[in-house]
Amino acid sequence: MVVFGLWVINKAGGLVYQRNFADGLATLTSNEYLVLAGTLHGIHAITSRLSPTGSSSGAHVIEAETFKMTIFLTSTGTKFVLLTSLSDPSADTTLQKIYEAYADAVMKNPFQTPEMPIRSEGFDARISALIGTGISA
Amino acid sequence: MAYNQPPSRFSLVSTSSTDQIPPSNASSTTRFSLPTPSINTGSQTKPVVRTTIYDRPLNKTRNAEVSASAFSFLFSEMIQYTQKRVSGIEDLERRLSTIGYRVGMRYLELMSWRTEVASKAPKREIRFLPALMMIHTQLWRAVFGKPADAIEKSMENDDEYMIIDNDPPITRHISIPKEMSSLSCSALTAGIVEAVLDGLGFPARVTAHSVPIDAYPSRTTILIKLQKEVIEREEALK
Repeated sequence: MVVFGLWVINKAGGLVYQRNFADGLATLTSNEYLVLAGTLHGIHAITSRLSPTGSSSGAHVIEAETFKMTIFLTSTGTKFVLLTSLSDPSADTTLQKIYEAYADAVMKNPFQTPEMPIRSEGFDARISALIGTGISA
Repeated sequence: MAYNQPPSRFSLVSTSSTDQIPPSNASSTTRFSLPTPSINTGSQTKPVVRTTIYDRPLNKTRNAEVSASAFSFLFSEMIQYTQKRVSGIEDLERRLSTIGYRVGMRYLELMSWRTEVASKAPKREIRFLPALMMIHTQLWRAVFGKPADAIEKSMENDDEYMIIDNDPPITRHISIPKEMSSLSCSALTAGIVEAVLDGLGFPARVTAHSVPIDAYPSRTTILIKLQKEVIEREEALK
């Protein structure tokens, strides 16, 4: 499996964390990432209302030809998006572990303002330990 | 001043039927989370005595553990609250240390009671080094659930001692921003140590400093600077 990137989108649709791991996807400018995250937020809001059987948690996986993005929506509205290779079976468990790291290193950090860009060494270190270079067997 | 009767907010006295709260007002009293007085009380003058935290046996919670997560959130809020009210890093550390002092004061008493209550000849430390060892092991174990990692004596100054914790549990989730790099949130721990030393009769100035090394990025030193009279007394006792 290959992990290309991780985004954290706050409940208003702003990109608060973006990090690239393995090479393979074109790198965009930070502005383009912001626009992309905002668009994804909007798409996600629409997909959550598409379900024929009432409420839904919205888009979960979006697949392209060369990669897929797995979206994990927390109950507070924060979205974690993991960009991986198509064959990656463990994106969901990785996202759970990222959420755990977020709860520890971001939410319990007194110097982090909620909904603002994440600048926390602790979070960076936990994510590095979790994903590393993004390439694993 | 003695409390023969519990303070009124802990008890509810229902003296007559006029005291009963009409149902229309019931919603306004629920804010205070007082139990609604029961309508058909037999003994109308007897106050309902509620048990408070002071009525519980002290040893019941001896091995009880506090959720580290819940404490992290509380500590985080304490720091945010304090930070809004101070002018600089030193001021912030001093206030955190003051909070710790109030914890330490109580903890020393509780700890001495718990360890010495069963002993036939209760004792307390009167020499500094055993007191320091007691802080390093017993106090640390009682407060953090593990002993501290090392005790060191300063090479340069005779009146300085250090307690070293490689990974202080209370600051485990805190990332200090670069512009505040001199801050150590273990100031709370320093306050606890200062209070314990004070209570044992070793007045000192205690500060916390983070001394990261590669293996332990959150390694923290609690620096104890003893007052002159303590050193003199220790010399005299030799």
